[in-house]
Amino acid sequence: MAKKIHVTSTINGEPIEFLCDARQSLLEVLRDTLDFTGAKEGCNNGNCGACTVLLDGLPVDSCLVLGVEVEGAKITTIEGIAREAHLHPIQQCFLEDAALQCGICTPGFIMSTKALLDSNPNPSEHEIRFQLSGNLCRCTGYDKIIRAVQDSAKALSAGVERGGTKATQPDGRRAAKKQPQAR
Amino acid sequence: MASSTGDNKKYKVIGTRPIRHDGADKVTGRAIYGSDVRLNGAVHGKILRSPHAHAQIKSIDTSAAEKLPGVCAVATGADFPDLKDKIANLGEGAVNLAHLSANVLAHRKVLYKGHAVAAVAATNPHVAEEALKLIKVEYEPLESVTWVLDAMRAGAPLLHDNVVTNSMGKKADKPSNVPTHIHFEMGKVDEAFAKADIVIEREYKTASVHQGYIEPHVATALWNEDGHLTLWTSTQGSFTARQQTAELLQIPISRVTVVPCEIGGGFGGKIAVYLEHVAAMLSRKCGRPVKMTMNRDEVFEGTGPTPGSFVRVKLGATKTGQLVAGEAYLAYDAGAFPGGMIGPGCMCVFSCYEIPNARVDGYDVLANKPKTQAYRAPGATQAAFACESMMDELAEKLGIDPIELRLRNAAKEGTRRVDGPTYPRVGFIETLQAAKASEHWKSPLKGPHRGRGIASGYWFNIGLKSSAAGNVNPDGTVSLIEGSTDIGGTRTSVAMQLAETLGIAAEEVMPRVADTDGVGYTDVTGGSRVTFATGLAAYEVGLDIRRQMTERAALVFKCDPAAVECVDGMYKANGKSLTFRELAGKLGQTGGPVVGRAAVDPEGPSNGFGTHIVDVEVDPETAKVTILRYTVIQDAGRAIHPSYVEGQMQGGAVQGIGWALNEEYVFDDQGRMQNPNYLDYRMPTALDVPMIETIIVEVPNPAHPYGVRGVGETPIVAPPAAIAAAIYKATGVRARELPISPPRLWAAMAAKKP
Repeated sequence: MAKKIHVTSTINGEPIEFLCDARQSLLEVLRDTLDFTGAKEGCNNGNCGACTVLLDGLPVDSCLVLGVEVEGAKITTIEGIAREAHLHPIQQCFLEDAALQCGICTPGFIMSTKALLDSNPNPSEHEIRFQLSGNLCRCTGYDKIIRAVQDSAKALSAGVERGGTKATQPDGRRAAKKQPQAR
Repeated sequence: MASSTGDNKKYKVIGTRPIRHDGADKVTGRAIYGSDVRLNGAVHGKILRSPHAHAQIKSIDTSAAEKLPGVCAVATGADFPDLKDKIANLGEGAVNLAHLSANVLAHRKVLYKGHAVAAVAATNPHVAEEALKLIKVEYEPLESVTWVLDAMRAGAPLLHDNVVTNSMGKKADKPSNVPTHIHFEMGKVDEAFAKADIVIEREYKTASVHQGYIEPHVATALWNEDGHLTLWTSTQGSFTARQQTAELLQIPISRVTVVPCEIGGGFGGKIAVYLEHVAAMLSRKCGRPVKMTMNRDEVFEGTGPTPGSFVRVKLGATKTGQLVAGEAYLAYDAGAFPGGMIGPGCMCVFSCYEIPNARVDGYDVLANKPKTQAYRAPGATQAAFACESMMDELAEKLGIDPIELRLRNAAKEGTRRVDGPTYPRVGFIETLQAAKASEHWKSPLKGPHRGRGIASGYWFNIGLKSSAAGNVNPDGTVSLIEGSTDIGGTRTSVAMQLAETLGIAAEEVMPRVADTDGVGYTDVTGGSRVTFATGLAAYEVGLDIRRQMTERAALVFKCDPAAVECVDGMYKANGKSLTFRELAGKLGQTGGPVVGRAAVDPEGPSNGFGTHIVDVEVDPETAKVTILRYTVIQDAGRAIHPSYVEGQMQGGAVQGIGWALNEEYVFDDQGRMQNPNYLDYRMPTALDVPMIETIIVEVPNPAHPYGVRGVGETPIVAPPAAIAAAIYKATGVRARELPISPPRLWAAMAAKKP
């Protein structure tokens, strides 16, 4: 068996080294080697977008990227956008707008939304639908997801106005409302 | 836009929109779905599947696979008990265990491309896949059949040599691809047709479609050294999964624990087991936990789908639009094993209307496809596409508005359905009235190649069994233990009913879905039953807690329990009062913990009706249909959490849009599915649909303390007929075959041109 390959990259701001087989996808590495299980596998061929992560700021289907390709790259996963007990405004809007039912597609949608709003803070409904058309949701019919993205855009831009920085929190997060715990 | 109607009865929790209890876990990626389960020493299982749609298995040689380094265990059908025909009741529907066993791992014969033949466990999934290639299976291919009418013809290839037609209890004497013939009849059908002013008869076809949940099937099994089997799985019903697995392995249910993980969609397709007992057998063979995950093509080719169908309907009416007679012939494919969705199809075909004279014949038909499974209102959409399309045609022929025609014939309290039951209070007329009054219906639709359609749909709410328990915490919160796996926010809709009953906030109830050792028996999440039946259990848990809290309050107040009054969560007597929280803080001094419990099995299913309005535009060059506007009107009885009720209505409608316009299993001439991936199967994306407007009608269900009707399934029923009606207005073409895909519609439009 061929030797594993050593890869160095940055994941959610932290430098990370890992070993992987040449044939392993980034999704496999994230989930099975590094325990970032927030990215989900729905199809393993780039059709559903449930495994979306940001690679140097751009949304990618991590099932279509090889682990060895991320040498030197910066990766952001769903685990990396909420910190210090605060949800990211996009996560908060998805909750308040009931934009998820089963939730399996949600991490991918949130990452695609983040990529969209990072590059286009005030997208039209059509632009949102176009940018999210690589993420499949079978439960919601998309209505509440689109509204959550619209509300996220408003929340993020309101943060700019109020705080003078990008949002209420330095990194674009706002305080979560009371979160009941469920198991 | 969302709006609702309803009475003025005020609730504190019901009707509000709290954030779901499992929300934070699901937006941060922390929620544990089946594939996120991690066990020390786990190995990975994969399944070898048939390349043929129909073949005898002559031999299976696994010796080369067993020798591959990294392979831990190999299993074939020969490793499992040979089950005789035995019918097991799985809550929502029954199953013949011999058929279930042969479906999840073929015995002697493969009956569809993708039928499981053998399984391997290895140290990683890639090695397991390599090992599958080393298994030598010798097949003798047989002629196959996938279209339902072809399968019914004399001389069609027979799938099973021991299946004969059972026609209302009478068994035929020779094997057939038609296991069941259903017949319902009431009134004097032939006389009524003879007297009718107008009679129309049409034929409709629908393709097989898949439930399409984004999470593939996954299961992890640990067969421990003490003989106890634990399964972590993605299932709509943990108790059903336990029963099926125990039966397939012929071990007592007490030796199986099913831990339901978060579930990434089901829609009916995650009730039957596929992987659980195979993972268990591999685990027993290698002594390690075994995790099995399907690829997307395995999901399409090995699980689901819902039946392809042929439906012929005849309707007779008076000049004034009174339906006098109906006749329906329905043939649904069951896939490779008997027991498809024909029963509910027959019950639902005329379920929206009062038709005094009606006759229905239904046929369950074997075909070389995966065994069909329930898909959201199973069997109703195919039947409604036929009957509702004909109502639209009848309205046109009689010159009556399509809503008015439906109002004149709408099922109401006292209407007898053709299969026997008489409706209690139902809300169909109210949905039609709300449709008529809606801004959508009243606003004109302008522009060329555009049309507006309307259709209605019906589905049952089954009751079935649910258990729940509530533990009162010293801080005044309640931990709610329930057994219904939460696919779309039911933790919250159930918890809200307990909160309402106790007079506390939704956030003060903490719901948890327990495993099969942690809660009483609970049937599947299906049949639009959870918010209704498990909600009823939560209500009764609340009553039980209230009764005990009243006794504790009496001890504190030093009075008779009968003197204690409980209002909005306040316990009062003798001019003294305690809040629920204050009283909860005194449990330690008044006799110890308070645990409320309930087990329910509500009798008498309820009934859900909906009406949909759609505007379309059809591209005259390509025949691509664009949905311009869509409104769903539905009777929810009482909307506990309106956001999630709307979500069900919107999600069901969009699944129906996909069924109407794009989705289908495409087979080649050898019966092999040609499009087993999302790109080619083509479910709706965000770009394919507009916002889905909702109008919640509330006609309380008399069989539930808060009036709840299930809402999950009804919304998928009406869309194909509504869209077909809109396309007719836009193009003049009456589409009678699903999907109304661009090539099919283009050909029909071209044929119409002079």
